[in-house]
Amino acid sequence: MDGYYAFMLVATAFVLMMTVPALALFYGGMSRSKSVLNMMMMSYVAAAIVGILYVAVGWSMGFGGDGTFFANPFELFWLDGVSTGDYIFVMFQMTFAIITAALISGAVADRMKFSAWVLFVPLWAVIVYFPMAHMVFSCTEDSLICGRIGAQDYAGGTAVHINAGVAALVLVLLLGKRIGWPREQMRPHNLTLTMLGAGLLWMGWYGFNVGSIVFGDDPETQFPLETGRTFATTTLATMAAILGWLAVERLIHKKATSLGAASGIVAGLVAITPATGAVNLSGAVAIGAIAGAVCAWAVGLKYKLGYDDSLDVVGVHLVGGIIGTVLIGVFSTSEGAGGVDGLIYGGGFGSLGDQALGVVVAVIYSGILTAVIALAIKYTIGLRLDEEDEVNGIDLVAHGESAYDLHSGTSGGGSVLAASTAPVTTKAEGASA
Amino acid sequence: MKLVTAVIKPHKWEDVREALETFGVAGMTVSEVSGYGRQKGHTEVYRGAEYDIALVPKIRIEIVVDDADADDVVGIVVKTAQTGRIGDGKVWVSPVETVVRVRTGEQDASAL
Repeated sequence: MDGYYAFMLVATAFVLMMTVPALALFYGGMSRSKSVLNMMMMSYVAAAIVGILYVAVGWSMGFGGDGTFFANPFELFWLDGVSTGDYIFVMFQMTFAIITAALISGAVADRMKFSAWVLFVPLWAVIVYFPMAHMVFSCTEDSLICGRIGAQDYAGGTAVHINAGVAALVLVLLLGKRIGWPREQMRPHNLTLTMLGAGLLWMGWYGFNVGSIVFGDDPETQFPLETGRTFATTTLATMAAILGWLAVERLIHKKATSLGAASGIVAGLVAITPATGAVNLSGAVAIGAIAGAVCAWAVGLKYKLGYDDSLDVVGVHLVGGIIGTVLIGVFSTSEGAGGVDGLIYGGGFGSLGDQALGVVVAVIYSGILTAVIALAIKYTIGLRLDEEDEVNGIDLVAHGESAYDLHSGTSGGGSVLAASTAPVTTKAEGASA
Repeated sequence: MKLVTAVIKPHKWEDVREALETFGVAGMTVSEVSGYGRQKGHTEVYRGAEYDIALVPKIRIEIVVDDADADDVVGIVVKTAQTGRIGDGKVWVSPVETVVRVRTGEQDASAL
């Protein structure tokens, strides 16, 4: 199993790359230029906060034993009793916790106080994500979604994408819409960053999906058979989703856009995440194409219903997550990881029902507890930036930085006007002088 | 002296510059600007949301010339920047009271 161990080292680094920098780039490019740094920072600090918390209690709550919702947080506190030989599995699961929290940030662009985000992330990780990971991934007999309901979720359609999508929706409803939305133009400021981020997400997702293999009785046989399947289904679903998204755009809006292609990549990856081990090549193409097309339509719902899900976390992750999780009940084959035939392979409605119930439980759990956390923050330190700060831009207000120096455009090394913004001597420099 | 200001389509900028140099203007100030006239803007689509982009990129050229040259310069800009389609831009002429060359202190015509 040396090969497997080496593979997990790589897979884990790949999944961390999905948050830092892939998701930050994907979201950052879609933000406005006055808030791109804050958007990227929300991912970066989520990585730092959730990562350390995961070692403290996350692994224990997820994989430290039995429990319907979560295991004892103190059983394996700070990895007490965990062999360093197993640390890589802790790190792998840690990267899932990180990206799930970071995914939510796309919904709250421009207007959520940075302090509120820094408080929301650890509370949400402990109260919502760590239990959800137990319910889905730990799969002890009494764990709710995997053990009791028996819903299949290979790499996190429920625990990661539906979970983050519901949390995003709840947070947006409590936070309110941005000043001027939707009347004012809030178009993406740099789609090349978004294209780059989507590409890196695709690459990182191989760690996410293929790395999620769980071994049965005969690992030597299972390893190549199953990783081949998950690698191929992940790839094909993503390709089909690009085409699905672009087809819908071309039909409705007359243009196939680069943002549509980038979004199709993510929608396809989201939808195949729960199903990657369960379906064959045709099932993967079907799920990807459906997810691409439906998500391309679903991102328009916010204008009809009036919620400002700024970068479409709901339209892509909640909708895509539900599509992938539910369609396992249709397209799964008994040769797949779950060993269950779906509807079109003569398996009847049993699996479809289990999958749908898994979705409902994930939506309710995440929805209610995210609301409790967000309300608690709203009525203590507050969720929302001041109106003036929001208009001036959160990069400047929260971080004291601007992403771009656009005044140095003339020949030579920067213009006189730009140079006149001389650095103020800091206290540290004064002290060392 | 006159200040000739022209706002033209960006892809015509090289043609106009060449023609003005051939004519012999002594210098010019050029900036990238945005705005709109009868052309109005255009529409962009992001994730299904259509945005009306009101401002279109243009090049603005400013040249100070002798009174006698003003009409010729205007004629050159109009001739070279014209495509015949909407959005070709505008040229206007305004009077200039004084010009001083910073290096020498020379004034008016000798400062051009």
